[in-house]
Amino acid sequence: MADPMRIRAQANGGNAVVRVLMSHEMETGQRKDSAGKTIPAWHITEVTAAHNGKPVLSAEWGPAVSKNPFMQFTLKGAKAGDKVSVTWKDNKGDTRTDEATVS
Amino acid sequence: MQTRRDTLQQSMAVAGLLAAAGFLPRDAFAFNKTAFEAKSIADAAKAFGGGAPAESKDVTLTAPDIAENGAVVPMAVASTLPNLKHLLVLVEKNPNALVAMFNVSDAVEPSFATRAKMGQTSDVYAVAITNDGKALYAKKEVKVTLGGCGG
Repeated sequence: MADPMRIRAQANGGNAVVRVLMSHEMETGQRKDSAGKTIPAWHITEVTAAHNGKPVLSAEWGPAVSKNPFMQFTLKGAKAGDKVSVTWKDNKGDTRTDEATVS
Repeated sequence: MQTRRDTLQQSMAVAGLLAAAGFLPRDAFAFNKTAFEAKSIADAAKAFGGGAPAESKDVTLTAPDIAENGAVVPMAVASTLPNLKHLLVLVEKNPNALVAMFNVSDAVEPSFATRAKMGQTSDVYAVAITNDGKALYAKKEVKVTLGGCGG
C-alpha cells in the first residue's frame, strides 16, 4: 500500500491497452516465519477499474496472484486523454486508487 | 458522567470493531470466499454459477511451457464466446485452485493477463462462464522448476 500503482494506458486503434503494476505483498497464508509461526494471508481481494468515472472492470483475486501484482486488460472505445482509474481492496480492508491518462 | 461526546466515541469504536470483524453489511460486490477456497476446478466454476466445465477452442490460455520462477508465472486468459459473465484462472495443483476471477463487461475486451504463483508443475486452466451457466475451459501444462509458495 506504500507505493503508488504504475498504470500505463496506450491507445491502440479504438481501444486502449491498460497495464497496471500494483505494490502489494500478496501473502498466501501458507508461509511460516523463522519462528515457525504461519504468516497470515494478506492479499488483494477485489480490483475495479473505471474509465472516465464509469466502472468498466471488476475482478476478484486470491492469494495465488504474484507479489506486486501485474494486470493487463484492453479497454474498448478509449482514446487519448481519457482517464483510467484502478482501485484495489485487500483482505485487511485497506484500499488504494490510482489514476492515469490514456496516451 | 458520560457526555454525548463519549457516547459517540464509544459507538464509533464499536462500529470499527464490528467492521473489522466483518459484521457490517458489505457492498454488493463481495469477495466470493467459497470459490477461492474451492479445491477443484469444477467447484470453483460452480461457485460462480457455471455447470460442469467442458473443453472448448473458444477459450484461450496463454502461459509459458516452463516457468522459470514459480512465484511469478505470467498467464493470460481470453475468450471469443458471446454472452460471457466471468473468466477464471486456476492452477490445479495449488493449495487453492482459483487464482483470479475477472468479470466481463461490454467496456473491456474479454482478455486479461496477470502473473500468478504456482507451487509445482501443474495444469493451468482458463474457464469461461456464460450468462446461461455454461462453463468452458482451456488448459495447458506449465512446468515449474522452483515452486512459488515459499515452502
